[in-house]
Amino acid sequence: MITLVRRPTPSKLWTYATPIVAVIATMIAGGILFAVLGKHPVEAIRVIFWDPLFGANAGYFRGQLLVKAGPLILIAAGLAIGFRAGIWNIGAEGQYIMGALFSAWLALKIYPAESHWLFPTMIVLGALGGLLWALIPALLKVLFGTSEILVSLMLVYVAENLLAYMSFGPLKNPEGYGFPGSRNLQDYPSAYNAELFAGTGIHWGVVTALVAVIATYILMHRHITGFRIRVAGEAPRAARFAGVIPARLVIFCLGLGGAFAGLAGMFEVSGPAGQVTDSFNVGYGFTAIIVAFLGRLHPIGILLAGLLMALTYIGGDMAQLVLGLPSAAIQVFQGMLLFFLLAFDVLTNFRIRFGRAGA
Amino acid sequence: MSELLKIEGLTKAYPGVVANDGVGFSVRPGEVHALLGENGAGKSTLVKMIYGLVKPDAGTMHFAGAPYAPTDPRAARATGVAMVFQHFSLFEALSVAENVALGMENPPPMRQLSSKIREISQAYGLPLDPARLVGDLSAGERQRVEIVRCLLQDPKLLIMDEPTSVLTPQEVDILFHTLRKLSSEGTAILYISHKLEEIRALCDGATILRGGKVVGSCNPREKTARELAEMMVGAELKVTDRAERSLGEVVLKVTGLSLPPMSQFGPALKDVGFELRAGEVMGIGGVAGNGQEELLATLSGEKPSAPGTVTLMGKDISSLGPNGRRAMGLLAAPEERLGHAAVPAMSLTENAILTGTMRKPLTKNGFVDQAAAKSFADEIIATFDVRTPGAHVAARALSGGNLQKYVIGREVLQNPAVLIVNQPTWGVDAAAAASIRQALLDLAAKGAAVIAISQDLDELMEIADNFAALNEGRLSAPRPTQGLTIEEIGLMLGGAHGMQEATA
Repeated sequence: MITLVRRPTPSKLWTYATPIVAVIATMIAGGILFAVLGKHPVEAIRVIFWDPLFGANAGYFRGQLLVKAGPLILIAAGLAIGFRAGIWNIGAEGQYIMGALFSAWLALKIYPAESHWLFPTMIVLGALGGLLWALIPALLKVLFGTSEILVSLMLVYVAENLLAYMSFGPLKNPEGYGFPGSRNLQDYPSAYNAELFAGTGIHWGVVTALVAVIATYILMHRHITGFRIRVAGEAPRAARFAGVIPARLVIFCLGLGGAFAGLAGMFEVSGPAGQVTDSFNVGYGFTAIIVAFLGRLHPIGILLAGLLMALTYIGGDMAQLVLGLPSAAIQVFQGMLLFFLLAFDVLTNFRIRFGRAGA
Repeated sequence: MSELLKIEGLTKAYPGVVANDGVGFSVRPGEVHALLGENGAGKSTLVKMIYGLVKPDAGTMHFAGAPYAPTDPRAARATGVAMVFQHFSLFEALSVAENVALGMENPPPMRQLSSKIREISQAYGLPLDPARLVGDLSAGERQRVEIVRCLLQDPKLLIMDEPTSVLTPQEVDILFHTLRKLSSEGTAILYISHKLEEIRALCDGATILRGGKVVGSCNPREKTARELAEMMVGAELKVTDRAERSLGEVVLKVTGLSLPPMSQFGPALKDVGFELRAGEVMGIGGVAGNGQEELLATLSGEKPSAPGTVTLMGKDISSLGPNGRRAMGLLAAPEERLGHAAVPAMSLTENAILTGTMRKPLTKNGFVDQAAAKSFADEIIATFDVRTPGAHVAARALSGGNLQKYVIGREVLQNPAVLIVNQPTWGVDAAAAASIRQALLDLAAKGAAVIAISQDLDELMEIADNFAALNEGRLSAPRPTQGLTIEEIGLMLGGAHGMQEATA
């Protein structure tokens, strides 16, 4: 018989150890999964985790790492603030799309005029698009008590359909020979979010992600606002006693998370993706949820977790190419990471005791 | 066979604490036996072992001469042991009869059960309508449901855990009448309490626990309350020093304050009004669930009220939130320590920040000054003798009494003009309770106004200048505590709920 005994204070050791244990457990369970699929487990793990960093052609992949990690970190940093407060924004994917659509709309509207003001304005519009999309679940929750989890999630599908409509309709490239998708912003200097240092993968979005990590760290761990947000997540009644107004908190957290996701969408559509297409979104908004929890909802942890998740993306692509692993297997692998993390998380607050129960 | 229950060498250890250490005592049939001790003395663990909820590590129990080792409460009930818990396990949305049926192994048809409930409740002077919703009942009536539920099993031993903490004085009389009748019929009663006068009035024998050990047994009728208290605490008791206070200007004025219920079965505040003067301690008594929580929430600013209802030093503060009121000098300490007055998982330093930022320089331009917060936390710990390894410890790791001292200390050290506390010594041991009461009196002596909301009438008589009763959301007119008799207080508290049909 196994019983869980609550620890008087959360274990410091396990707080930091669980992500590492979870990664190791994921490798083991993933290895078994790959073995069942008829692949050599050790080789598969090596292709995913080692080759992109140190194998042949690693130079190219290392650049890709930051390109993938940038949006994950930026979105997760915003989501983590809401998660700390117990406000569950599951719809960052939709807010990411809306940020991209808002900013791309402006660029495509004034094309081909060149202006230094275009790119900064696109940044503002990107943040605004995500913000407004996230305010829909926020206001519905505040006014009618709806679940922000459901509303934000369902709005992802609305945003996806809007994206498809835009890429086949209003934003379609008039010179695109009938192919779906907008003009490529990479060919439009004023709007192009170019690589800042050749070969590194660093673009303005990566810089923004780093700034977001620092800013959210200061907000959450140095400022009274972050303190109150954490109190709200830990003990809602104590938060009201401390003067937190729940409605404002909901709007702040969802709005901020949406703005960050919108920014990520803007930097993606104007940079690595280049154009509005119906397959523009690749799940960063959902994966960022895993990143946020893998990083312990802590900005520095999110930075590391974002890099790790980006690695599984790139390594996963390689595993598909080299080993012929199905892409679903890679998604299962990423899902396992969150699963194991939440499972081992129990150890932070509980001790396991073997022996008779209830005694 | 003279003993119904005989216990020898019962021991139960939890990680880090021995809750019961070689406890032994016995109860005769028909005896009302008191288990006396401070919070944490091991009373609850002991009765949980007798009721089969907790398994002892060592020791033996005999019931009616036969070895007794219940594996679960069902086995205990089958042997003839019944228990009324301090916290009721009733469903508010179900009727009395339905609640009783839920606790039975093979409930009879509802009609039959209802008439049985009526029969038993009348036989023992516990009027109860089986068809009423539990959500509409007072705490005293809910307790009757629990008692009737036990009596239906025809128990030989009835365990009652702190039964009077939720009752008005009149309801206590009814309960005692019932218990005496049961005892005269041969049912033994194990009575847990720390209210000494009650034990002296009711019990034939007493076993006193301290730190998990039996430290004495006596016939409580032959001892004074003070002697019993000193046996319980193991030291001489300090008497609170009630210095002469002069009442000053009116600082807080409440008029026509109404508030809708905060929960489905919660009470609404109805037209509450009073004036509070500088240097005054006002005691608000009443059975829990009659609007105490609501009153604190609306005075602290968590639930702002209609304009013009709450005036602090001449300014209308009705629409201000908690921090606005703190800035003006109105502070509060809610009843629920974990999760309301303090954040369980956060450190004491962080819990100092929770309410301290408005009156203490704990932030600079909105940024938390960790050093200042820690030194404020250390100051509370030192001044109020909070037993903790340090300010870095999580609030939930502290015992109830220590955390309560911390919470009260946090507000008192912010030098309030008005302090409102709800159940300031609930679940706190006698020594800590005395120091909390003293702190409130000292605060008033310095010219602050204090509102103490409490179920403990003795406590209010000890510290309050004026007394008002809160009953179903209505506050009675405050009266000076001097010269107030316990009967008068009982009537202010609404007398005995639901007794009209019985006395008519």
